[in-house]
Amino acid sequence: MEGQKDVIVVSQQAGAHVVEFVVERLLDEVDIARISEQLDLLIKQMDSPLLVLDFANVKYMSSSALGMLITLYKRICERNGRMALCTVRAEIYEVFTITKLSEVFQIYESRTTAMAGLA
Amino acid sequence: MRCRDGKRGRMGLVQKTDIPTDMKAARELAEQIVTQAEDCGYSAEVVFAIKLALEEALMNAIKHGNRRDPDKHVHVEYSVDSKRAEIRIVDQGEGFDPTNVPDPTADENLECPTGRGIMLMRAYMDHVEFSEQGNTVRMIKNNG
Repeated sequence: MEGQKDVIVVSQQAGAHVVEFVVERLLDEVDIARISEQLDLLIKQMDSPLLVLDFANVKYMSSSALGMLITLYKRICERNGRMALCTVRAEIYEVFTITKLSEVFQIYESRTTAMAGLA
Repeated sequence: MRCRDGKRGRMGLVQKTDIPTDMKAARELAEQIVTQAEDCGYSAEVVFAIKLALEEALMNAIKHGNRRDPDKHVHVEYSVDSKRAEIRIVDQGEGFDPTNVPDPTADENLECPTGRGIMLMRAYMDHVEFSEQGNTVRMIKNNG
């Protein structure tokens, strides 16, 4: 949207889409809604979407962002796709562990291992 | 800003404020509280915990408590000293039954996109209690 700073950058790598969060804080509901909208549009264009979400820049995350990830994950599964998370900081990984979402999402150490995991 | 108690461990000053039902104002206040914790020498881990819990608690007050009604406000009392940070948040909503919140880690709720805020507050703070009516939350985080 005009005048709004990008929150994510999407690139293509070996058949998968890599989504890099540009912001440090995944807190703002407006940002989260925009990410959800952008990624929804992206996966609607694919039959079996493969998405790698790169969390390297993310330092803070709210439960609203977790909700967005769950909705995205379910939409990708509905389209017979797969989603992986990577380069998650220790403190953010702990959020996934506490909420047991580490059992739902595939979480990898690096973008390379995430790509390999989706292959 | 220095730690309110000069790092001597006395009970910090209780600060009271009302903020509008607006996340921008809520985050500005959260930043002030977090800055005080940093000034008191809290570790990055403890600061992360306070920040996360504040985000969730203030969001709950604004979204679920006051239902984003601009005519309502959120009352916040807090004190931060070298020993602990204590925060009390009161909204003007109808409240809720905090004992009746579904467990978001139960198998049947694991893929539900909502309902993790209170769980995160409880996980990251040392003490979290709700008033009987459910429109007041008091949270404590010890330093270290």
